[in-house]
Amino acid sequence: MDSFVEQLTRGAEEEFTEESAWDGSAVRIESSSLPAIHLPVLPRYLQHTTTGGRKATGFQETKTACFNYIHEALLENQWQRAAEFMTAYLETLESTSAEHRMAAPEVVWRIGAEILCHHSKSSIEEFNYFAERIKNVGVKNYLKVCLEHVFHLLCNGLIDDAYRNLSLAEGWRYGEQTAAHDKEMKLIQAYKGLLDYYNWSEKRKAMLELDDDDLAQFVEQEMHSFFRQAAVNFKEIIKIPGVWDPFVKCYVELLEFYEDYDEVRQVLSEYAYNSKFPSNPNAHVYLYQFLKRQGESKKTRIAVLKILHELVPSHELMLEYNAMLQKSKKRKKHRLGLQVIFTVLDFAGWKEHVKAWSCLAKQIKQILENSSKHLYWIMEEWNSRKDWWPAFHFSHHLAKINWQENESLACEKAFVAGILLGKDCKYFRYVSHQGHKAKKGRFQTMKKFVKKHSSSHNPSVSI
Amino acid sequence: MQCCIINWGLTDEGKFYCKSCHNVIERTTEVLTSDVVPNTKIQSISKGLRKRKKIDKGWEWYVCEGFQCILKKQAEALQALGVSPQMKDEILCNFWRCYLQKSKQAYCSMPVTDNALISDIGTDVDSEPERISLHGFSSFSESDGDLQTESSFGRVSSIGKASATETTSVCSGSVDGGSYLLKRKKGDLKMSMPMTLSLCYLALLWLREPVTLSDLLRFVLDGHIPYLNAFQCFPEEMKLYGVDLKIFRVESWPVYEDVHKKMYELAAFLDLPCFPAITNSCFLHPNILCIKYLMEANLPDELHNWTCRVVKKINVGETDFLTLDPVNKSTRKVKYDVLAAALIIVVLKLLFLLDDQYEWLHASFARKRNQKNKEECPWFDFKKWYTIIKKSLDVEQKKLDEERARCLWKCEKPLFYSAKEKYIVLKRRQTVVNLQRQFGSLSGSMQVSEKQKPSSFQLNWAEENTDGICFHGHILEGILQEKDNSLTTTNTKYWLCTVKLCNEKICGHLTHYKESDFPQSYQFVLNLFSFLLRVPASLIHEEVCLIEHKLFKTKLRRR
Repeated sequence: MDSFVEQLTRGAEEEFTEESAWDGSAVRIESSSLPAIHLPVLPRYLQHTTTGGRKATGFQETKTACFNYIHEALLENQWQRAAEFMTAYLETLESTSAEHRMAAPEVVWRIGAEILCHHSKSSIEEFNYFAERIKNVGVKNYLKVCLEHVFHLLCNGLIDDAYRNLSLAEGWRYGEQTAAHDKEMKLIQAYKGLLDYYNWSEKRKAMLELDDDDLAQFVEQEMHSFFRQAAVNFKEIIKIPGVWDPFVKCYVELLEFYEDYDEVRQVLSEYAYNSKFPSNPNAHVYLYQFLKRQGESKKTRIAVLKILHELVPSHELMLEYNAMLQKSKKRKKHRLGLQVIFTVLDFAGWKEHVKAWSCLAKQIKQILENSSKHLYWIMEEWNSRKDWWPAFHFSHHLAKINWQENESLACEKAFVAGILLGKDCKYFRYVSHQGHKAKKGRFQTMKKFVKKHSSSHNPSVSI
Repeated sequence: MQCCIINWGLTDEGKFYCKSCHNVIERTTEVLTSDVVPNTKIQSISKGLRKRKKIDKGWEWYVCEGFQCILKKQAEALQALGVSPQMKDEILCNFWRCYLQKSKQAYCSMPVTDNALISDIGTDVDSEPERISLHGFSSFSESDGDLQTESSFGRVSSIGKASATETTSVCSGSVDGGSYLLKRKKGDLKMSMPMTLSLCYLALLWLREPVTLSDLLRFVLDGHIPYLNAFQCFPEEMKLYGVDLKIFRVESWPVYEDVHKKMYELAAFLDLPCFPAITNSCFLHPNILCIKYLMEANLPDELHNWTCRVVKKINVGETDFLTLDPVNKSTRKVKYDVLAAALIIVVLKLLFLLDDQYEWLHASFARKRNQKNKEECPWFDFKKWYTIIKKSLDVEQKKLDEERARCLWKCEKPLFYSAKEKYIVLKRRQTVVNLQRQFGSLSGSMQVSEKQKPSSFQLNWAEENTDGICFHGHILEGILQEKDNSLTTTNTKYWLCTVKLCNEKICGHLTHYKESDFPQSYQFVLNLFSFLLRVPASLIHEEVCLIEHKLFKTKLRRR
């Protein structure tokens, strides 16, 4: 430590003698009693800051400025102005700096596509012309631009053109580059598959309308060839972990038409259960729907929906799930069903779903009627909800609205409210009062039931 | 009697004379013809190349010939702008010949022989020019054509020193392109694109033409003088590729300070005598130049008296101070335009203080008075001036910024480093041209109109059709008072931009400009002249500081 400080002081002294013009800011405090404190002196090269790195050339600076103008114009929808600056910006494709030259085609493509999409004087022909030119700038962008070009064509309804472009792109090879662009190639093939599917379904429709047998057979052959092409491509893309919903749906439809159910089962199971694939609720939905179509047992179907329930508790299939659980003989399943229906009603989208409320009402009624030994199920579910469900579902305001808009909804909800919150709760009182006024018969029975049961299990009811 | 010593100089009239026998040469013939003479003189100096390279090489040409073409075109452009033809035909021509002689590229008995280069090329007779095994060149792929980056040229310096056994050759259209970029020896001065402008300006200065350096650079930026793609003027047979690009391709606009510095280096290198004197009546004299800038800045004519007084006080109007004398190394390098602008700013500071308070107080006072007395000559109202100027300045600045962003850098003649690259470069050019046509048709009717004729004045205030108000005739009342038979300012204060000047040798500048340290009015005035002169505000600020230090020298010394 000492030698380090000594070195510093020596260094500082040397510097001081060299340059008298500089008013050094180092402080030296010396006194006889205390040891000397020598604050470090900045080394010479740190005294004057200079900018480091390579300075941008005038070309790069003007192109950056140009880009900012284009950016502004795009944000303000000034397409004409953007096109003006684009003329100058296109020169970045010829930049001398290799890294700028590599990055330029993509930027130019995005900006140009945006302008051509929105400019009033532009047309799809202009867009095609532009896409063709940019595709061939360098090699790395070919497939990407092809794919996006196809999307634009599809958005404009030019399916044949899109198909043609996809076929061309599919045949693209470029030595070593081919391997590097494998992913993009797979995507192109997948979308081609999609269009093959579209053609297949067109042929199928055509075939059904034809009277002439010979012609129908010819069309059928075409249909089969489209199927084969599509199937190959779909199979390839679905192998890669990812979210491929449109492809999966189309593939499943094709396979079901040709009655290859085993393949469907395998594909959908893979899609839903393979851990490499990202978690996707739709996968489970597709699988469930297929199993339903196949008439699979409830057990298997329940297993599928169980996972869906964990992923998306508010899914619309939850009602079916609940129904299946109720029909089963096992007690555990009944309890699970109750959980499911309670959870479903936690979500705002289900607030006014009559069927859901009626399911809940029915289940609660069943439990109460059957010796109430499963009452604790309801209590457990209600425990976590009693703080917020009253305001969420059973406010006085909601009572009025529900009664006005949908009496059966109000009725079901009132029942549930009466049981869970007691007969003195606002909701129940209001609705039953209204029901009484309207002289609806069922309210009498409901009121009686509620009165009978609500007092027994709600000692600490809070409204 | 003719003496045989070659030691010539230029007379005041611009004629040659021999320094040893003082004979003025009467008869001179124009050696430079309108078409480039294919190397009659120069070919005898170096050995010709034995093999034609694969790229269509055209003529053998030297880098200096390229610069000669460019300089000629620049001089012609200047002539078209109104400069006297003497500049091109006599002065620039002679300066250029002098340069060739001094740099031993021509007109001398012992020309430079690139022995290392020639022997390399000699052994490479059978080598393919495409097989360039320099490190930077090796990453060539047809796909994305990794064109050369500038970093590869760091290796150029090693080429010249390469032994004859190495099979490397530098690919360039010119004969000496490769060796031209080698690290220069002491006392050597390589011509470069910015330096062509320095040379032009030296010629203009010699003739004392009414063109400032900032005017010249402005004409270059606006495209009236060839610079950006000046190599387009080369004849068809002078092929440009490879290392030539590093010399002739321009990637940035010329910077005032850079060109100005090179001017002095060049003047010293050429051993020029003292330039023609800049006298009181000369355009470049601060007194005259101030008038121009006062008019452009829409300031009252009366301010001119004050600038003259300041000039006299700090002795910047002296002929010795203003005239360029390459022999006398201690003379300050004068930037005439910046000096004039700075003088005006100092005068404004003297009169209006520019501390964001005094000038506004005076302005409201002047406005009230002007409202009451509408018939009399109006007093100069700083606030009114500020409002009008700011509006115009913002509009013009915005126009300028957009013009710059829209500038097209590439030209029809594409540049490439080697034959391999040629195809890719041409293809890209074609793509760009096609797309430019497409987007051009989508642009508004405001197409690139023909360049307006350039003028010396950028802002014009005296015309009737402008809705701006002209302040030229306004009088400086309210800020002046009589004292001892002379006018002096009512403002008795002054703030210095800086108390201490920096050491130029350490950081390159005498002052550093940080906007936030200064009042808004000062910043505004600085920005105004920065726009007019197209130089960074810090440059004018530096000049202001220097003037102040001269003006308040005694007061500063007392501290």
